[in-house]
Amino acid sequence: MTALRVVRAGPRTTVQDGGRIGFAHLGVPVAGAVDVATLRAANAKVGNDWDAAVLESTLGGDVLAAEGGCVTVAVVATASDDDVVTLQPGQPLRIGRAAGAYVYVAVAGGLDVEPVLGSRCNDSLSGLGPPPLSTGQLLPVGSTTGTPYDVERLGGTGPLRVLPGPHLELLPTGLLDALVGAEWTVTPRADRVALRLAGPALDPGIGGIASEGLVPGAVQLPPDGQPVLFLANHPVTGGYPVVAVVTADDLDRAAQSRPGATLRFAPIGH
Amino acid sequence: MTVAAYGDRALRCTVDGLADAHALCDALLRAALPGVVAVVPAWRSVVVTLAAPEHQEAAHALAASIDIGATSRRTPRMHELAIRYDGPDLHEVAMQAGVSVDEAVRRHAAGDYVVAFLGFAPGFPYLSGLDPRLATARHATPRQAVGAGAVGIADDITGIYPADSPGGWQIVGHVTATLFDVRRDPPALLAPGDRVRFVPT
Repeated sequence: MTALRVVRAGPRTTVQDGGRIGFAHLGVPVAGAVDVATLRAANAKVGNDWDAAVLESTLGGDVLAAEGGCVTVAVVATASDDDVVTLQPGQPLRIGRAAGAYVYVAVAGGLDVEPVLGSRCNDSLSGLGPPPLSTGQLLPVGSTTGTPYDVERLGGTGPLRVLPGPHLELLPTGLLDALVGAEWTVTPRADRVALRLAGPALDPGIGGIASEGLVPGAVQLPPDGQPVLFLANHPVTGGYPVVAVVTADDLDRAAQSRPGATLRFAPIGH
Repeated sequence: MTVAAYGDRALRCTVDGLADAHALCDALLRAALPGVVAVVPAWRSVVVTLAAPEHQEAAHALAASIDIGATSRRTPRMHELAIRYDGPDLHEVAMQAGVSVDEAVRRHAAGDYVVAFLGFAPGFPYLSGLDPRLATARHATPRQAVGAGAVGIADDITGIYPADSPGGWQIVGHVTATLFDVRRDPPALLAPGDRVRFVPT
């Protein structure tokens, strides 16, 4: 069996894919890669389906080695150049430092860990799927490989584009303008679930709302007035008003923000 | 019902209440729209998340075409869950309700509950229909560990922890049923709209 040996696991590296689809009404988060564009790019470089299982390494630095055969690996979103290498059995590869918060490591054939409810992703909120990587562990590699292909990568810089949230009518007027007018700092409480932002307090004027489904990109406003930007591993439901929603294209780069980074929002479509 | 875009790859359908939310959720799941990754009913809404913005227009049109009044409604499943009223917060709940522990138990077990929605954790049901007298605020500081099967109260909702986890709900008892198991199909014992009764043992 061809496999990838985890010679050294980074501080938080998980297996991710396109997410656990179709069980949210039973309380199961979708989860999956937080930067879907980079998941797609990494898989394209080794000829996998766009949503094949990959490693999502927080900040990079893991060491991997091929076992039982050669393994072709694409390492994407590092601070140096992205790389495709074919590892000989026993040959170690040190994953570079992340350009942002997450590096993606795709393996030709995909990681073939046991799927749970149709997905191989680690759900960091509920613990479904394979646990975070540990040093010494062996990751099976799938045998079905394809031809590498190109995908368009929308880099993008500047403010994160937002659409108005669904609960604006419950909030004081001008709150969306205040969100868009301010600069926000990503706090250390940033993970796959959400970026918690710090900046001028935006008083929502209400405590909670009747719970309802959340979406990736939702900018929620709890009573302390500090926005929470939800990412791929968001909870199924939320109980605070959502003032804005970051567009799908821009959420990928938002997810790559490290603690200490500053973010701005820009409105579209209103 | 109204259907509105929720960002650029989700829809938010607002409805009159839980029964409509459950009917719409069932209809949307049956329709198996292309690109749908999540359908989440709640008190007055159903939120549909899509894989990408290109699915938004077709999903919007289809959702808007559903006539909730005319959708076939499945007969709700009834679950009778064996419960032991041995929770560490039972006395507190009774005291705040101004009733004896026996009376608090009687009132909780007399409830005819509806699974409003599932959230917080896979398979965790928010059950509506709690005796208003038993409504109790959750703990200011959540417990580090609440066991699988723990039945709790938070405000006017009662719920069941499917797995060991931290939790702030007032724990009144424990059920023996397994609420969530990934090897089962479907993995959750309870679905939105199902009915629940607690049977003391």
